[in-house]
Amino acid sequence: MKKPISKHEYQKLVEKKAPGSHVVRNLFAAFFTGGLICTVGQGIMMLVKSFGADKDTVAAVTSITMIFLGAFLTGINVYDEIGKFGGAGASVPITGFSNSIVSPAMEFKKEGYVMGVGAKMFLIAGPVLVYGIFASVVAGIVYFIWKQVM
Amino acid sequence: MIDLLKAFLLGGVICVIGQLLIDLTKLTPARIMVLFVVCGVVLGLLGIYPCLVDWGGAGATVPLTGFGNVLAKGVMKDVDEFGFLGVFTGGVKAAAAGITAAVTFGYIIAITSKARIKK
Repeated sequence: MKKPISKHEYQKLVEKKAPGSHVVRNLFAAFFTGGLICTVGQGIMMLVKSFGADKDTVAAVTSITMIFLGAFLTGINVYDEIGKFGGAGASVPITGFSNSIVSPAMEFKKEGYVMGVGAKMFLIAGPVLVYGIFASVVAGIVYFIWKQVM
Repeated sequence: MIDLLKAFLLGGVICVIGQLLIDLTKLTPARIMVLFVVCGVVLGLLGIYPCLVDWGGAGATVPLTGFGNVLAKGVMKDVDEFGFLGVFTGGVKAAAAGITAAVTFGYIIAITSKARIKK
């Protein structure tokens, strides 16, 4: 029979083992989850393209579909499980963006439809849009100046 | 078929970068998302991101960096077309489908579904 280890020793063992193996596990989970979500997106893209849609339509329909899937899977409480497994693999794709809209909106529904659902929807999406749009304005100004100079 | 594999690989790698930032820098997922969109805008402006889109397809367009790239692409297109006014119109115009879909579906699904009771 193995000698039982004390709580203290076990704690030390866990601390020694956990961080490294955790990081590696998380990276694999993120790679697999994110990769799979993008593969689904690629599949949708190829399907829409096969109907003879032009490039812009294909891109728009694909993001709309992915956003719907993310929102739907959040509504049936599946996406949060994917997020627990995949970490950044679930939050970095556009499906994670719609998850970040639906999840707090559902949770804060009891605070009402205006300040609950309406406001809390943008808890994370708000900052993303603020910085994204602001960055696009800065990019536009840089591009405008660059065009005058060149 | 090879396109599916490329999308898997590129999408996976982009998400791994996000996971590395979470694990190594303790940045929250919300900050990662903001960072990725802004990076997408910068890489789009520099013309680097369109190369990734050409190679990896949805592997580049589905992550949030792709959303940033769309914003950059739109703003440059409108600056070409309308001059300085394009700075204000281009980004959101290009991202309109995504933003409207997110708000609409998000709202409908949020009000029709029930949050699971958190233990």
